[in-house]
Amino acid sequence: MKPSLVVVGALVAVGLSACASDPDESTASGDLSVAATDSSCDVSATKLEAGPSTFKVSNKGSKVTEFYVYAEGDRIMGEVENIGPGLTRNLVVDLPKGTYEGACKPGMIGDGIRQTLTVTGQAAKRLSDSQELQAAADSYARYVKSQSDTLIVKTTEFVDAVKAGDVDKAKQLFPIARTYWERIEPVAEKFGDLDPITDGREPDAKAEGVDFTGWHRIEKQLWVEDNTEGMDKYADQLLGNVKKIVQLGQDTPLTALELAQGSKGLLDEVATGKITGEEDEFSHTDLWDFKANVEGSQAAIASLRPVLEKQDPALVRKLDEQFAALDRELNQHQDKDTGAWTFYDELTKDQVKALSNAVAALSEPISQVAAAVAASA
Amino acid sequence: MTAQDHSGSGLSRRKLLGAAGVGALAVGAGGGYAVGQASGEPKAPAGVVDPDAAPIPFEGAHQAGIVTPSQDRLYFATFDMTSDKREDLISLLKDWTAAARQMTQGNDVGDFGAVSGSPYAPPEDTGEALGLPPSGLTLTIGFGRSLFVDDKGRTRFGLEGRLPDRLKNLPSFAGDRLDQAISDGDIAVQACANDPQVAVHAVRNFARIAFGRASVRYSQMGFGRTSSTSTAQVTARNLFGFKDGTANIKVEDAKDVDDFVWVHEDDGPAWLVGGSYLVSRKIDMRIEIWDREPLEGQEAIIGRTKGSGGPRSGGDEFADLDFDAKDETGKPLIDTKSHVRLAHPDANNGAKLLRRGYNFVDGSNGLGQLSAGLFFIAYQRDPEKQFVQIQRSLAGLQNDTLNEYIVHVGSGLFACPPGVGTTGYWGEKLFA
Repeated sequence: MKPSLVVVGALVAVGLSACASDPDESTASGDLSVAATDSSCDVSATKLEAGPSTFKVSNKGSKVTEFYVYAEGDRIMGEVENIGPGLTRNLVVDLPKGTYEGACKPGMIGDGIRQTLTVTGQAAKRLSDSQELQAAADSYARYVKSQSDTLIVKTTEFVDAVKAGDVDKAKQLFPIARTYWERIEPVAEKFGDLDPITDGREPDAKAEGVDFTGWHRIEKQLWVEDNTEGMDKYADQLLGNVKKIVQLGQDTPLTALELAQGSKGLLDEVATGKITGEEDEFSHTDLWDFKANVEGSQAAIASLRPVLEKQDPALVRKLDEQFAALDRELNQHQDKDTGAWTFYDELTKDQVKALSNAVAALSEPISQVAAAVAASA
Repeated sequence: MTAQDHSGSGLSRRKLLGAAGVGALAVGAGGGYAVGQASGEPKAPAGVVDPDAAPIPFEGAHQAGIVTPSQDRLYFATFDMTSDKREDLISLLKDWTAAARQMTQGNDVGDFGAVSGSPYAPPEDTGEALGLPPSGLTLTIGFGRSLFVDDKGRTRFGLEGRLPDRLKNLPSFAGDRLDQAISDGDIAVQACANDPQVAVHAVRNFARIAFGRASVRYSQMGFGRTSSTSTAQVTARNLFGFKDGTANIKVEDAKDVDDFVWVHEDDGPAWLVGGSYLVSRKIDMRIEIWDREPLEGQEAIIGRTKGSGGPRSGGDEFADLDFDAKDETGKPLIDTKSHVRLAHPDANNGAKLLRRGYNFVDGSNGLGQLSAGLFFIAYQRDPEKQFVQIQRSLAGLQNDTLNEYIVHVGSGLFACPPGVGTTGYWGEKLFA
């Protein structure tokens, strides 16, 4: 895998006039080349547009070299070191408007051979300004809305069963209600104070010296005690908090970059909580959550798809391929008639490893999504 | 290393960032970079550098890390392919080779490395080796039998006819308690370096590059090389406190290396000529029990004295073993069931191995006992005639008396392709 190509590709696509023939006459952004020798340092353009630029530094000399971009007072804006003779290394620097110096350092010593770089134009556009990105965020907001509506319905059913003392029904509804929660988890996680009291684990509550509340408090009572005693207040509180989060989520929708980070965050959730069976330690219904996290991640990528297709079609293909592979691995564990998933404690070690491999394989391309989204701004 | 200019020589990756400024730079290693030049010939470093920190050439007729003088540390891992596509295997080997070229010479992985890429993308290199010298890092790769055929004997990756005859499953040996979770694997990677951080960095980057194509089956950290592979090295001690590897094949013994280490043209498949076979064995040692054994008993079990490492039949460490020498009661001075006697070429049709083992400690076992032992690695031309022959002679409580104190818990056999040239990749000829 060559993750860097994603970034390079993305930036090239944005570039206006890379490698102009007369460096002093042009204004460039995106891709620049730097030809370094033992006695020279030629940057393909010395006037740049504000925003991220990629310097492709080729060492055509005989000494090891390095390349720096300095702001006033030799403040380092970016650097790439250890470029051996004959090697090319790249450097991405995000430069606001101003005057800088590019410096090659043959032999990696001294002040270097310097060239003034003038950066003009506006600082990089805010990511939310792009219409495409706004469209992606809007699309995901619609997804969140649809999931939120059902989340409230299913949580209400669950809470009603708990309050009615119907243990079997509550147990049955627990993983189903959570499905809608787990699909839109990045939304909940934005609200740092609400997430822990809704979805926190017992050891964390203990460590903080606070009351253990939320989904997992009720889960413990249902599966460990097999009753619903004393759960009324937790049930009411859970429903209240879920409604609050849904409302807040709709008031402040995720930006496209948050969305890209959220798609990765959902898989990180899987890799740390679900693949270890830590999340639903009493009920072992982790695979319901697992599937829901993956679906949420997939929905985020789907919203970003038009942006990604433009920026990096190869990344989109890779994502499709790995989502499909993860689905194949995961879907083996679902009962096709009832839709129920295998309980975590019934999975063999090999099955868990296979799931973990599939999550890791998908997580690598997903970790490239944010850079592609940022590059499209 | 001092923070001076070594007239153009110095350490790759090593650099004081930012505040220190240019005057305080500890500069990069000339020797290492020279390898990257078109000529491919490493230049001798101009200044005096720590030889343990210097880079070892990656390219050559044979893979580095076999007869290379043993570094201090080992990080060994085996991988299983998670993809069954031939192109994924080839691209993985190409990507690993490219990363190995960079890392062994002290450079970051990828085009942007650890810190010069986009702020929105994860860095290409994980970064924990920034500022560290190449530290003699070697990366050595081997292919397990399972890469060629699955457990039902079906060919994988279109490698029909490429399975070497000698890449058989090792036979069971008496006393083995093998755990499959720490045995075998499709591909083995041996990272040796004089700094554990550098070795771990290499395997970690390999694992990351592999996501979606292969995943780690198990990995093992080792320290305190227990064999010397060069006459320039002192003989190190294993965790039983004995010098280990005194009689090992040394790189200076050109004939032994050729006879016993490298695969010859008439030995097997053409793609493996110039390669070798790697046997790995994780050997747990019952440290506390051993430590209660009297010195006399310890020395009788090994067949050598603990202090000098010389044979019990007399002489210094490198003295010949006299198996006929007897004490006044007529008992052989080197016990008939001692480790050195049963492992000796005389007891094994002349078989010798090139060993490259490392001590390991995986913490304690909860009873206050060390989880420790020897991660044995041996390279050879013919596993059946060499490792298997010797291990048959040693294995079981009826044989080597050392077996009361050790147990083999992990195992592996891998065919290591020859070295790569300036443009090739590991195992290239396998796909030709």
